[in-house]
Amino acid sequence: MPMEKRLSTKTKIYLTIGLIIVGALLLWGSNYWLESYGQRILKLIAVYGVLAVSYTFVNGITGMFSLGHAGFVAVGAYVSALLTMSPMEKEMSFILEPLIWPLNSIQTDFLTATIAGGIAAAIFAFAIGYPSLRLTGDYLAIVTLGFSEIIRLIALNAQNITNGALGLKGLTEYTNIWWAWGWLLITVVVIASLTYSSYGRALKAIRDDDIAAEAMGINVFKHRLLAFVVSGFFAGIGGSLYAHLLTTIDPRPTTIGVFLTFYLLIMIVLGGLGSITGALIGAALFAILSEWLRIFESNITIGSITIKGIPGMRMVIFSTLFVVTMLVWRRGIMGMEEITWDKLYNWLLRFRKKGQTAEPEPKRGDVDE
Amino acid sequence: MSARMFMQNLFNGLTLGGLYALIAIGYTMVYGILRLINFAHGDVFMIGTYLAFYGVTLMLLPWWLAIVVAIIGSAAIGFLIDRVAYKPLRESPRISALITAIGVSFFLESFAVVVFGGIPKSFLKIIPNFLKKIVTIGELRIQVLTFFALAIIAGLLVLLLWIVYRTKIGMAMRAISTDIPTTALMGVNTDTVIGFTFALGSALAGASGIIWAMRYPQIFPYMGFMPGLKAFIAAVFGGIGSIQGAMLGGFILGMAEIMIVGFLPQLAGYRDVFAFIILILILSFKPTGIMGKKLTVKV
Repeated sequence: MPMEKRLSTKTKIYLTIGLIIVGALLLWGSNYWLESYGQRILKLIAVYGVLAVSYTFVNGITGMFSLGHAGFVAVGAYVSALLTMSPMEKEMSFILEPLIWPLNSIQTDFLTATIAGGIAAAIFAFAIGYPSLRLTGDYLAIVTLGFSEIIRLIALNAQNITNGALGLKGLTEYTNIWWAWGWLLITVVVIASLTYSSYGRALKAIRDDDIAAEAMGINVFKHRLLAFVVSGFFAGIGGSLYAHLLTTIDPRPTTIGVFLTFYLLIMIVLGGLGSITGALIGAALFAILSEWLRIFESNITIGSITIKGIPGMRMVIFSTLFVVTMLVWRRGIMGMEEITWDKLYNWLLRFRKKGQTAEPEPKRGDVDE
Repeated sequence: MSARMFMQNLFNGLTLGGLYALIAIGYTMVYGILRLINFAHGDVFMIGTYLAFYGVTLMLLPWWLAIVVAIIGSAAIGFLIDRVAYKPLRESPRISALITAIGVSFFLESFAVVVFGGIPKSFLKIIPNFLKKIVTIGELRIQVLTFFALAIIAGLLVLLLWIVYRTKIGMAMRAISTDIPTTALMGVNTDTVIGFTFALGSALAGASGIIWAMRYPQIFPYMGFMPGLKAFIAAVFGGIGSIQGAMLGGFILGMAEIMIVGFLPQLAGYRDVFAFIILILILSFKPTGIMGKKLTVKV
């Protein structure tokens, strides 16, 4: 096994800055290269990325199995949508029951609304996490699922705040490429810095064995709660971006309910539970595949033969993929690994060595005795 | 609330509670053995109703035969789910099995959307006419269906208790829930017993689904989600792992739900919330439920 070479911190910082600049240039270029459909997918990747990374912080890195992420997304989406809509629009939308004061008369810009959505979701995460995070494993899963369902039911019934089943429609499409990818960058930087701090090591210790972690003097409950609240905050941010990308938000299970949590779970399991880069890959795969798989749902015409599309086929394929992943390839694409500059560097070195010298690698058993 | 309304609600609560109890038994038996929340259980409930529906409309079976076939079909599906999705994961961490269970549930729902269609179907055709008649007892007006449902539920519960406590396979099930490896050493084929447990629980879920669809005659691919969750809550409430607990929890939950809405109709939109509040309270103050045993973690 050759020694793993490491890059200096300085080089890594330059590389990261370089990557961000190149990424920004590419995104800027996409305005010219991609038509609106492609740009929409690009935005969707970033929004899913924010949601998946914040979700994996709880499920993959802290090892709590929460099924309530969609609830926080819903809170962020509703709060921010109510803040960006103009008083006129609100009066027009809330036909059954008027919106309560003071929400009916205030309007803020998108940034303030998004942060407010994040903070509101974080408050909800605290309120939900405080009673439920003493539970572990499957009980926690059910309780968080219950809470997210309660949030959805409140959204459905609190006519004078959320406009009930009608939802909020006709939002301005504020989520452009810069907002989406900018927030994704912030999310990844914050979550990654937390993961690689002493705090993050404590979280991983809790994931691997909470009793041992407790014995080492880690306050398990406090750490879990903090992780839950941070994750909730970014879920709220993601919710705001999501609402202003779809331009409509309503309390159907597929929009903000349990199905959204399932989709996020698919992303982080495919990408590798416990990996931030894995969550990003999973989010991108999900966004691209779910557009690509639309061909199964629309009619295909080859010559004079038309094959009828089957609505709902995408989700059958996704869930099959998901179950098969769990059965035969549980680590997913990245497992608990991350793509780091060091790994890329070593991979590149090995690649170059192979290219230059054609000598076969020593086989096992060839070693001189 | 008048006395008449109260009696009406009492019958409704009893039936709803019985249906929850039938589903909850499946959860509690599987959890008792594998420590796994079988998320797909609620979807077996849904598939059972569709099997009965197509048994009558497509295969033109008489209604009672369609129901029997659907219950056997549900049992087969439960068995199959265990074999395909859960058996390969017996030795892996519990949380992997849970994630797989969620995947299976999601698969069954999306599969149902593709095969059966996402638009709700009316179950009214399947209900034989004599069950739709209304009996008048004093001021009380009750559908024959209610008595029929209660009789079937009671019959199934007694049958289940007989299987679990009076038969050999039932003894194996109880043994396995205490200790799988030791039971295997005693010469019991544990995989067969686990498979049988899944089949038995799924048969009850299928039966419950069909009675449910007769009372609320609209069937759709996601109909199993909420009853499934609530039945799981009932199982936790009664003490997970305990069959009598699941029955008791189911009846209490169903009765409470109907009565709260009966007394406070303005909260009807939030009726699904109560169950979750009960769950959170139970897990916070008495996580072992009414009849459950305490589980300790060995370090």
